[in-house]
Amino acid sequence: MLVPEFRSHSFDASSILRSSHKHDDPVESCIKVENLNLFYGKKQALHDINIEMPKKKVTAFIGPSGCGKSTLLRCINRMNDLVDNVTIDGKILLHDDNIYDKSVNVAALRRRVGMVFQKPNPFPKSIFENVTYGLRIQGINDKRILEETVEASLRGAALWDEVKDRLNDNALGLSGGQQQRLVIARAIAIAPEVLLLDEPASALDPISTLKIEELINELKEKYTIVIVTHNMQQAARVSDYTAFMYMGELIEMGSTTQLFTKPTKKQTEDYITGRYG
Amino acid sequence: MIKIWFKSGSPWIWLNAAAVSICLIMVVGVLGLVALRGAGHFWASPIVQFSYQDDDGQVKDIIGEHVDTTITSALMAKSSGYKLADNEDVLIQYLIKTGNRDLTDADFRWIQERRVKSQAMPADMIVVERREWGNFYGQLTGVKEGNTVIASGESAWEMLQARLKITLALHEQITHLEKIEIGAINYGFEQLRLKQHRLELKNQWNAQTAKEFTDKKSTYDIDYKKYQAQLAELYQKIRRDSLVATTEDGTELVIPLLKVVEVTQPNKMGVFTKIGHYFKKLGEFLSEDPREANMEGGIFPAIFGTIMMVIMMSIIVTPFGVIAAVYLREYAKQGFTTRLIRIAVNNLAGVPSIVYGVFGLGFFVYILGGNIDKLFFPEASPAPVFGTPGLLWASITLALLTLPVVIVSTEEGLARVPKAIREGSLALGATKIETLWRTVLPMASPAMMTGLILAVARAAGEVAPLMLVGVVKLAPTLPLDGNYPFLHLDRKFMHLGFHIYDVGFQSPNVEAARSLVYGTSLLLVLVIIGLNLAAILIRNHLREKYRALEG
Repeated sequence: MLVPEFRSHSFDASSILRSSHKHDDPVESCIKVENLNLFYGKKQALHDINIEMPKKKVTAFIGPSGCGKSTLLRCINRMNDLVDNVTIDGKILLHDDNIYDKSVNVAALRRRVGMVFQKPNPFPKSIFENVTYGLRIQGINDKRILEETVEASLRGAALWDEVKDRLNDNALGLSGGQQQRLVIARAIAIAPEVLLLDEPASALDPISTLKIEELINELKEKYTIVIVTHNMQQAARVSDYTAFMYMGELIEMGSTTQLFTKPTKKQTEDYITGRYG
Repeated sequence: MIKIWFKSGSPWIWLNAAAVSICLIMVVGVLGLVALRGAGHFWASPIVQFSYQDDDGQVKDIIGEHVDTTITSALMAKSSGYKLADNEDVLIQYLIKTGNRDLTDADFRWIQERRVKSQAMPADMIVVERREWGNFYGQLTGVKEGNTVIASGESAWEMLQARLKITLALHEQITHLEKIEIGAINYGFEQLRLKQHRLELKNQWNAQTAKEFTDKKSTYDIDYKKYQAQLAELYQKIRRDSLVATTEDGTELVIPLLKVVEVTQPNKMGVFTKIGHYFKKLGEFLSEDPREANMEGGIFPAIFGTIMMVIMMSIIVTPFGVIAAVYLREYAKQGFTTRLIRIAVNNLAGVPSIVYGVFGLGFFVYILGGNIDKLFFPEASPAPVFGTPGLLWASITLALLTLPVVIVSTEEGLARVPKAIREGSLALGATKIETLWRTVLPMASPAMMTGLILAVARAAGEVAPLMLVGVVKLAPTLPLDGNYPFLHLDRKFMHLGFHIYDVGFQSPNVEAARSLVYGTSLLLVLVIIGLNLAAILIRNHLREKYRALEG
């Protein structure tokens, strides 16, 4: 298999995807980032990123702190729009539609691309209201539909058995790990296509982390998942593809096995062997 | 040694503790003083009979309540003209409430302790609380029906109580008829007159409407005549009985029971009777209208006016302040302009309240109110409806005064809502306004309540601007009554703060006012505490509900 020459500014991720895939069935791409540059004021945080994330697979972004992996993730559902002084150029295609197009309804986009944050952020409402929040926003108030969705989503997030008897209790009474799974349930209740996970287990204890990782494995059956993680073992455990970023640039992307065993770049190798970062 | 002590930090801790203690002592002291002085106002003091040697050497009886004692040094007493013997170091004086203002012109008197020959507390002394002329102190000699004496001596007291009960019941009926029934008819007449004038102005006054109006007026007239007849009958009954009493110098006085509120014999009362009497008086104070230029009777209209105004103010200031804060914090681009607005808002809080009063009078009352009158109430002219100080303008003026605190605390509350919560909501496909309504505003609601608590505390205690925009010494009607449209925002009202000023500093009878001022102050403090407590309870409930994420 041929590994293409690394060119810093026009890195062709799709060729790697195709070449490194174990089986020969074609991998359908879900999100495609093209020539993305992002500036905070005058400071450039992302340099000409080109990357593809395959459908119903887990793609992990790794890299040292401040390398831009979270920023890139937040570009995918336009969360960076909320930050003052941000300028973005380039394209992000979600099934061939540019999400940075002027005609895009951002709220509708975020319904298709759900997001889970580093720290669990349940609303100070009941568990039930947390899960139905997205539905109620869409004007769905039919009690039967809401109840069904709550059960399905909580089961999907492996939380149902723990909370089914106290759906009306305040969500803030749950443990950190439960809260994070609740937030995932809340995200999948509105049936997105993509789930963005921004270091979802970094604030949790090892057991909760394990549960979240198991959950990610189940969720990839249905959703395209992009996960940012600090923890290389975690990336190795949960992801199918891994992208290594450094100083706002995408250094290398490949299948997780390939990237961790036979990295093509020296920087990647240095990072995963722990020589810097 | 000292150096080590300073280094250890204990002086600093002591200083902190001292500051807190001083604050506490001051608060407790003020409340204690007001409570102590104010609470005594309703206690039935014993009636003391003094044998007192006058300036010309004659010994006379003086009866009354012992109110106060002052001790003056001999030097000061001599310099103010008292003749003291050489062996006297101090001059002790008693303040005696002698009542009987109709006979002696003054109901308080200072007497010198050294001239008091003897003191006694005769059990048969009575205090008559009258509707006019203040209290009467003396001895009961008889009860009259018309011109005939029906009881005297021992039996007079029981007869008096029985007759007084009947008279008070009659008095209540009369008040009800005059205030409620006839009041409603008067209000109806006035509304008819205004309606007629309005139709005339519009050139719609014709024979048909004239007939309708005459019909209505005649029904009112029939009712009125009926009530008048009832009143005349009641007045005849109530004027029948009277009591006869003698003062300390033997003057006999006939007091019609119509003028009597209560007759007591405090020297015969036990502690429990006195406690019962105390709460009865307190109840009357809280629930009745004032009498005698606010010096006696109750202060219900003032309590009602204060609470009403504070509630109206809260209804106006809360939405206004919250909307302004939401714009400043959530929508406006943060920069020079928003900073300027914030500085302006904070400075508004420092503007003396009388300035708000002047502004309220000039802008709200004369300009806004005057134009409202011209547009909507031309029929009332030249009498103003909204073009004169009233409840609405007072509430709006105070809302303006308290707006800064609501804006500032709401802004703080909005700033405290974690970014993670907003992002969580937005990530679920909510728009900004949906996020605001469903998550951010509820979470900021405890802060809004804090703002409201501060606003209420400030507004309830404010007097100066109110004197210009709506408070009066005596309002004949409450701003809320049974006549359509029930809430009369154009009416003037009474206020506890102004009542204190009026009774304490504008009344001719300083001694009588003193304990009343303390009592009213205590009540004002209690009303403010009550309003605050209500708001604090709501806030704590909200806090519990929207407990923000910690850390």
